[in-house]
Parts: sequence; C-alpha cells; structure tokens
Amino acid sequence: MPDPIHQFDLHRILPLNLGGWDVSFTNSAAFMLATVLLSTAFLVYAMRSRGLVPGRLQSVAEITHDFIADMVRESMGKEGMKFFPFVFAIFMFIFVGNMLGMIPGGFTVTSHIIVTAALAALVFVMVLVVGFAKNGLHFLKLFVPPGVPWYVLPLVSLIEVISFLSRPVSHSVRLFANMLAGHITLKVFGGFVVMLLGAGSFAVLAPLPLLMAIAITALEVLVAFLQAYVFTVLTCMYLNDALHPEGH
Amino acid sequence: MDPATAKFIGAGLAAIGTGAAAIGVGNLFGQFLQGALRNPSAADGQFGRLIFGFAVTEALGIFALLIAFLLLFT
Repeated sequence: MPDPIHQFDLHRILPLNLGGWDVSFTNSAAFMLATVLLSTAFLVYAMRSRGLVPGRLQSVAEITHDFIADMVRESMGKEGMKFFPFVFAIFMFIFVGNMLGMIPGGFTVTSHIIVTAALAALVFVMVLVVGFAKNGLHFLKLFVPPGVPWYVLPLVSLIEVISFLSRPVSHSVRLFANMLAGHITLKVFGGFVVMLLGAGSFAVLAPLPLLMAIAITALEVLVAFLQAYVFTVLTCMYLNDALHPEGH
Repeated sequence: MDPATAKFIGAGLAAIGTGAAAIGVGNLFGQFLQGALRNPSAADGQFGRLIFGFAVTEALGIFALLIAFLLLFT
C-alpha cells in the first residue's frame, strides 16, 4: 500500500543556510507564497474596475468581504472593525491554502502543525497585547465571571485561566488535525483502489473505494471552507474577549 | 505483546472516539431538526451556528482519527 504520509514531506527547493539556521525555501514555503500571491492577485484583479454595479468577479470579492465584515461586526461590534484587515487576511490565507491543498498533487500548508500553531500564537499574543493595552488590569476581569458566589470563585477562576491558556492549543490542533486526517483518508481510499486492482478477480470491486474517494473529496472541500470559517470565528471571539473582557 | 500488534490494537481503540463524535454530530442535527420543525421561520437564521457546532464537534472525532493514523503510519 502506498504510504499515505508521504504527501506531507518537505522538500528543499532552494537550499539556504543563514548563520547555522536552515532557512531553505521548501515546497511548504512555495505553497504559502502561492497562497498569498493568488489571494492578493485575485482581490486586486477582481476590484480593478471599481464599478458601482459589480461584475461577476467583483461580486465574488465583495461577497467575501461582506461575509467576514458581518462576522467581525456581529462578534465584536463596531469598534471591532479595526481588526477587520487582520481577520480577513487570516481567513483568506487559510481558505486559499486549504483549497490549494485540495488540488491533486498539491501541498496543504495548513496540514503542518507549525503553520497553524504560528497563526494561533499570533492570535493569542494579539489578544494579550490588545487586552492589556486597552483595558489595563481590568483585562483580568475575563477570569472573574460576574454573578459567581465568592466561595466557588477561586475554582471558577482557575478553570477560566486553564481554558484561556489551552485556547491556542485547541485553536491550532483543530485546523491541523482536520486537514491532516482528511488528506490521509483520501490517500488511504486511493490506496484501496490500487490494492484491489492488483488483487486479481477482486478488481471488479475497485470502483467502490473510488466512489468513496470522490465523496470524501467533496466532504474535504466543505471541511476546507468550514475549518477556515471556524478558525476565523474563533479568532473573532477571542479578540472580542480582549475588547470586552467583562461582558462574556 | 509484540509492539507492532499493540500498535494496531491501540489504533483500533483510538478509532472508538470517532464513534463518540458520531453520537455528538447526530445529536446536533437531530436537535436542530427538532427545533427547526417547531419554528421553521427561525431555522434559516441558525444555519451558521449549526455548521459551527458541527465543525467543532466533528473536530474532536478527527482528533481521535488522527491518533489512530499516527499509530498506524508513523
């Protein structure tokens, strides 16, 4: 059976060494660059005419914009729109990256935990910085939910602190595990097709796992969008905690 | 026990978690349908929350599947 993990291997395209650090340009970096270039090029090209009545491409760009803008406004209120560029960039990067990974032979940048962990750490540090800069020590009210009797407050606060600290872990692992498991499942079913074709008269059964692989591909396209959406929604919710620590 | 055998047994045990996630997802859609049939006009507005709950619940099953895959293939 073909190795289903092989698709996540990193290759050095352009070996680079900077003061003892291996900073080679890998296929992961190439796909990240492609993701950024593709999303930027699409948005710039789609909005080039700036028509009052949007054309086909322009409405796609506007729908994407409004989709994220509504999400930010709903979860953080008007003042949250300061964070719109950040949230939109995160959504576009993850969504386009996931979709590039769905191309057969492509590489999924979000299937490596280091990429998602870096994104989640960025959000986590941002929440801390914005929270303390905007609210000062009042940010710690986040760990003291209102209406809790004083005798259970230490326990509740401890749980709140633990749940706050475990956020970046669940935030990053959710995206990474979904993409990794989905792509492994696809490869495993692809491997079943090959195995059945090589198994003599059992080859007549080969279309069954092929159909399954097609169905899972459709599910994976849905998951690629959903996980980008979920990551963005959670980013909005966490940033909302930084803006309004008392009302949560 | 042979370590290779233990690996396969462990992978099988880890896959039980996906069944638990299936209960959760089934519960989610069942409860949504129940609510949607009682008040169909409000159902469309809650679709986003339904999908969000689905993704969060399904992710936990994926975690279990991930452990199974890691045991099998690494």
